[in-house]
Amino acid sequence: MFSKKLMLVLSVLLLIVLAACGGAPAVEEVQKVEEPAATEAAVEEAQVSETQEVKEEAPVVEVAEPSGSRLETVKARGKLICGGNANLAGFGVLADDGTFSGFDIDYCKAVAVAIFGVADDSTLEIRPLSASDRPIALQTNEIDVLIRNTTWTTSRDTEWSADFGPTTFYDGQGMMVLKSSGITDLQGLEGGSVCVQSGTTTELNLADQMSAAGVNYEPKVYPDAPTTLAAYQEGTCDGFTTDKSGLISQMQELENPDDHVILAVTMSKEPLGPAYAHGDNAWGDLVDWTVYCTIGAEELGITSENVEDIAGSSADPVVLRMLGGEGDLGTGLGVDNDFCVKVIKEVGNYEEIYNRNLGPDTPFNVPRGLNDLWTNGGLLYSPPFR
Amino acid sequence: MTTATNIEQAYEAPPRSEVGVLGWLKRNLFGSVIDSVLTIISVSLLVWLVPAFLNWAFTTANWASVTTNKIILMQGPYPQGETWRVFFSAGIVAIMAVISLFVYKTDNKRLRQTMTLVWVASPVVLWYILAGFENSALLPKVDYSRWGGLLLTFVLAIFGIIASFPLGVLLALGRRSDLPIIRWLSTAYIEMVRGVPLITVLFMAQVMLPLVLPADARVPGMFRAMVAMALFSAAYLAENVRGGLQAIPKGQSEAAEAIGLNKFQEMYLIIMPQALRTVIPPLVGQFIGLFKDTSLVAIVGLLDLLGIGKSILSQAGFLQAQKEVYLFIALIYFVFSFAMSSTSIRLEKKLGVGQR
Repeated sequence: MFSKKLMLVLSVLLLIVLAACGGAPAVEEVQKVEEPAATEAAVEEAQVSETQEVKEEAPVVEVAEPSGSRLETVKARGKLICGGNANLAGFGVLADDGTFSGFDIDYCKAVAVAIFGVADDSTLEIRPLSASDRPIALQTNEIDVLIRNTTWTTSRDTEWSADFGPTTFYDGQGMMVLKSSGITDLQGLEGGSVCVQSGTTTELNLADQMSAAGVNYEPKVYPDAPTTLAAYQEGTCDGFTTDKSGLISQMQELENPDDHVILAVTMSKEPLGPAYAHGDNAWGDLVDWTVYCTIGAEELGITSENVEDIAGSSADPVVLRMLGGEGDLGTGLGVDNDFCVKVIKEVGNYEEIYNRNLGPDTPFNVPRGLNDLWTNGGLLYSPPFR
Repeated sequence: MTTATNIEQAYEAPPRSEVGVLGWLKRNLFGSVIDSVLTIISVSLLVWLVPAFLNWAFTTANWASVTTNKIILMQGPYPQGETWRVFFSAGIVAIMAVISLFVYKTDNKRLRQTMTLVWVASPVVLWYILAGFENSALLPKVDYSRWGGLLLTFVLAIFGIIASFPLGVLLALGRRSDLPIIRWLSTAYIEMVRGVPLITVLFMAQVMLPLVLPADARVPGMFRAMVAMALFSAAYLAENVRGGLQAIPKGQSEAAEAIGLNKFQEMYLIIMPQALRTVIPPLVGQFIGLFKDTSLVAIVGLLDLLGIGKSILSQAGFLQAQKEVYLFIALIYFVFSFAMSSTSIRLEKKLGVGQR
């Protein structure tokens, strides 16, 4: 009796399985090729900021050029698929209401708005990716655009067969020390120790910078960001190093943030920005100019609150060209002529995006620094809309 | 009569130190010098650790990290307007479980068979409730990339279990087959899969599979993980089942042949039921392992229970809540693993594993 029942269950399950995994065997054919990825990714996943990760070995793959532009594909699909991060504070996080939010996610939204006029469930899908998934997701066209705290480097530009858009966030490695130590530069760490996360470019940069500065120090290496910070808090090391944006946010988590100071020195360059598949200029143009729209709007003082008024009333040809009241710049990019109005209305200009995710009202309170307009001594600069 | 009285007198009450609480303590905790030392060390450790833990849990711990995120822990980025579908599905399973408790105790064979059929059909029904349909007002389509949290953990584990079981049985039979090609292929598959870690199989499924599929074939990451876990688990399961098959004496199949059963009937009616009964403990062990292994998909970017935990730790305000979040997740894994384990023990008792 038992056996019959069992065999019945068994045969039904078998049917389900056979129905479900028709194309399955492909997995095992390929599974022996890429083992190092596991350890590298495991290390990377432990980090808070993946701008500092070990450079992963991206398999170089020739992907056939799609016949039309990605823009046409996205429009036909009715939905933008944006590769994002689900666990980097301030940049890409799953909020308690089940939606993604963050600085990078807002740029995903901006691109979706530029194409469709709105960014909601039906027009934008955020696909959370791990650091090692992202080149493949880009190369295989699984995602349309990658906006996932990705540092623009030569090898990524070439080996990933990716193109990088305008940098949206300029980051760099910094060093935190106790105020009471009186240390003001790297030389001050002579004979001291530095807490650093293992397996990161941060660790390599630290070694490079310290040897260049001729400083003898002892690196104390920890497997992930929280452990590293905890070790520093317990006084195990004299200094603590990671990306400056990370330092600033993690400083708030220390028991007495005011006892600590971040040194002025910047030990590496980490420009973060959107990336898209190589060789699709029409698509790249749209992503680039969506970013420039947010920067240009800040330059012109256009915000989500006043953008519609300005678009309706302004007589300034510079403003009108950008907002689509004059000329056909938007149409030229393949989207609505007033795409920039919609982007600013829905997502905001650069300052609004920045303040919403990283600004003074957030626990991170990251100073604008390099991420300020060129007119304020930063690096943000939008080419002219004309 | 006198004899009886003498006997009663001969059995004096045992000394107080041998019965009751004292006796139990002496026998179990202070039976020898080593026992006493171990007892003292353990008790001091408990006295030292438990108050510290309780103090942390009730005063310092920031449980808001868990409570404000309970919905995403349960379902991940699944649209919160559709949360009722997740609750509804969980409710159906709970109701089925309660009904089963009674149904499987009755002698009504038809009722029990119906219940079994309901269980078999339920994953498909629940799948459609959760996935929804195109252009449906009541059950709109929910993209697979939005399944997460405990929901995704369960989908991966349940699919892995129900898919790897028949596959594993087939592989076990294949490995014992008289047909060389089938035997070689099964053996090669089993040994190859057992020779690589699960995480590499998951990486292959997430990272390499898209490269060999046609460019327009978008297989959701959840499906890739499901298939990878099932294929991986099947290889281990096959070896468990093979162990059961080898435990069946040759006389059983000879007897089956003697009464005129064909090969299929022999396997289906005689060998398999006995073999599978024997290997229930390792099978359930494998399923519990599979359930917990689903947490590896967090590394390949899926937002399962652990992945959601990592995301919570990136939310402003909960950056330092590792202890609370990971403890809570561990507790959830424990509750379900323990439930599986106790169910298996009940099943073993019912089927008399090890008794006959």
